Amino acid sequence: MIKLFSLKQQKKDEEGTARAGGSQKKASAAQLRITKDLNELNLPKTCSTEFPDPDDLLNFKLIICPDEGFYRGGRFVFSFKVGPNYPHEPPKVKCETAVYHPNIDLDGNVCLNILREDWKPVLTVNSIVYGLQYLFLEPNPEDPLNKEAADELQSNRRLFEQHVQRAMRGGYVGSSYFERCLK
Amino acid sequence: MTSGETQTVNDYQQRKWQHIRKLLERSGPFCHPDFEPSPEILDFVMSCCKVLIVGAGGLGCELLKDLALMGFKTIHVIDMDTIELSNLNRQFLFRKTDIGLSKAKCAVEFVNKRIPGCKAVAHHCTIQDMDEGFYRQFHIVVCGLDSIVARRWLNGMLMSLLQYNDDRSLDQSSVIPLVDGGTEGFKGNARLILPGMSACIECTLDLYPPQKTFPLCTIANTPRLPEHCVEYVKVIQWAKENPWGASTPLDGDDPQHVAWVLEKAQERAIKHGITNVTYRLTQGVLKNIIPAVASTNAAIAAACATEVFKLATSCCTNINNYMVLNMSEGVYSYTFNAERRPDCVACSNTTRVLELESDATLQTIYDKLCEDQAFLMKSPGITTVINGRNKTLYMSSVKSIEERTRDNLKKKITELGLYNGAEILVADITTPNTITIKLKFDENIDVDMTR
Ligand SMILES: [Zn+2]
Repeated sequence: MIKLFSLKQQKKDEEGTARAGGSQKKASAAQLRITKDLNELNLPKTCSTEFPDPDDLLNFKLIICPDEGFYRGGRFVFSFKVGPNYPHEPPKVKCETAVYHPNIDLDGNVCLNILREDWKPVLTVNSIVYGLQYLFLEPNPEDPLNKEAADELQSNRRLFEQHVQRAMRGGYVGSSYFERCLK
Repeated sequence: MTSGETQTVNDYQQRKWQHIRKLLERSGPFCHPDFEPSPEILDFVMSCCKVLIVGAGGLGCELLKDLALMGFKTIHVIDMDTIELSNLNRQFLFRKTDIGLSKAKCAVEFVNKRIPGCKAVAHHCTIQDMDEGFYRQFHIVVCGLDSIVARRWLNGMLMSLLQYNDDRSLDQSSVIPLVDGGTEGFKGNARLILPGMSACIECTLDLYPPQKTFPLCTIANTPRLPEHCVEYVKVIQWAKENPWGASTPLDGDDPQHVAWVLEKAQERAIKHGITNVTYRLTQGVLKNIIPAVASTNAAIAAACATEVFKLATSCCTNINNYMVLNMSEGVYSYTFNAERRPDCVACSNTTRVLELESDATLQTIYDKLCEDQAFLMKSPGITTVINGRNKTLYMSSVKSIEERTRDNLKKKITELGLYNGAEILVADITTPNTITIKLKFDENIDVDMTR
C-alpha cells in the first residue's frame, strides 16, 4: 500500500491556481479510441470512407460498393455517428441509400447484431464495416427488418433478385420508390 | 456561560470524536504495518483534508452525511441536478419545500446546519464546467454517479493531472485517489482507483453492463414484450413521424413526449396482442430508469466513505480494489482485484516528449515519429486539440482524410496552431492505444537556425 498522505501533509493549492498560461483541453477517451480505430481501419477494397469535416472524426460516412452477390454494382452510403460513450456504446449507423434489403428498412435502420445487442467495447469500426459488407453478400431472411423482402428472398429468390435490380436501377418495388444507386 | 456549561460542551466535543480517536490514536491488529497512531491524524482530517463528492443524489446524500460525521470538514459537492418529488424517499437531506432547488446546495446547507464545524461547499453545475485547477485542489475524489459518460470524464480528468518524473516513473504526489460507488436496484459496487497505479474506469469498461437493448428485427417484426412496443416507437416510429418536427429529439423528461410514445406503443401492443404497456413502463424504457433502493445506497456509500477515511488516515489497508454487493437474494459480497489493462486509453497514456525546432514542419514531426528510435512508428495518425476543438493534422492510413490533410505536412507547426508545450495525439499500429506527445521546442537550435 502506498501511503499517499505521507506525501501530502501539506495544504493543497487553493482553488483556481491552474498552471500559468492555462492548459490545453484534453481529448476525451472516446476521441482517443476512435482515432486509434480509424488509423487502423483496414477497409476491404469494396469500401471507402468520407469525412465531411476531417477534424470531426466522430461523424463520417462509409461507402460500400459490393462486387459480388445480389447487390453487385450498387453504391450504398452509411452514416456513422460516434457518441461520447464510445466504445461502451456502439456508433449509431444508418443507411442513407434506399435499398431493397431484408435487414435494412426503408428509413435506413439496419439490423446487425453488433450494432445493438451484441456490441462489446473490444469491437471496432472495422468490425462494423465487415458486418455491413457481409449483409450485402449474405442477406439474412431470419432477422427481417423489411419483412416483404425477407419473405420474398425465402420463397422466390429469382423474384427477389429482380426486385433488388429494379430498386438499384431506380424504380418502384411494390409501393416503395427507390432512388437509382448503381455506380 | 457558567463553568459547568463550558465543561459540558468540552466533554461533548471530547466524546463526539472518541470513536474516531480510538482508531487513529492507538494501534491495533488490523492496522497497516506502517501506521503511526497520533492525534495529528484527526487534525489532518478536520483541518487539512479536502474531499470532493461528485453527485448529490442517492449516493451523494449518504456520502456527505457519512464523511461529515467522520470528521471531514472541507467537503465540496458538485451536482447539476435539481430536486424532484420522486427523490424524496431516499435522498434524505431534501424536503418537499426543496423541490426545484439545487441538490448540491440543499444537501450542503442541511449538513452544515446539522453538523457544527462542517464547511461543505456546493457547486451547482456539471463536472465539465470545472477545470484542472479545481480538481487539483482535492486530496480525494469520491463519486456516486449514475452516468458512465460522467465517470469516464472524471476518470480522464484525474489521469490528466498525473505528473511523471524524468525517468518516466509516476510522481506520487500528483495522484488523486478516486473512490467510486454505483448502485442498481439491490446490487452495487464500491471501488478504489489510484490513478496511474491501479485499474481505472477505462481499464474495466467491460464490467459495466451494456444498456439493455433488443434486436431491431425483434422489435420491428416479432414483438413479444411491452418493452418491445415502446422501443419500437422510440427507435423507429419517432424518427419516421417526428411529431414535434425533425429537430426535436425524443425527451424522456417531457410528459407530452412520453404521452405520445405511450399512445403509439399501446396501439402497437393491441395489434400484437401484448398487454401492460403503461405510462410508468414507457418512462422506464425511455429514460432507462434504474430502480433505486435506499438500503443499497446506504451500504455502498458506507463502504466508499470507509475507503476515503482509510486513504486520508492510512489507519488500515484499502480494499484491493473492487467490492461487489448483491442483496437480491440474501446478502452476498466479495472483493476482487480488477487488473489494469496495459493498453488502457486513459491510464497507460503517459505523456511523452518530442524535441524539435520551433520552425519545424509537420513533416518533421511525422519523420521523427517514424525514424526516431524512441518511436519507430509505421503510419502515425496525428491529431490535436486547439482551443477546445479537435483538429486532425495528418492521417495517412485513411485515404479520404489523407487527401485533405496532406497539405498540412508542408506547413510549419506554429502555422497549424501548435506551440511549445502543446500536446499532439498520435495513433499508430505499433502502440496499443493513442498516445499523447508533448512538443518541446529547442530554443538554442531555434536561435542558431535563425541566424
Ligand atoms: Zn486504465
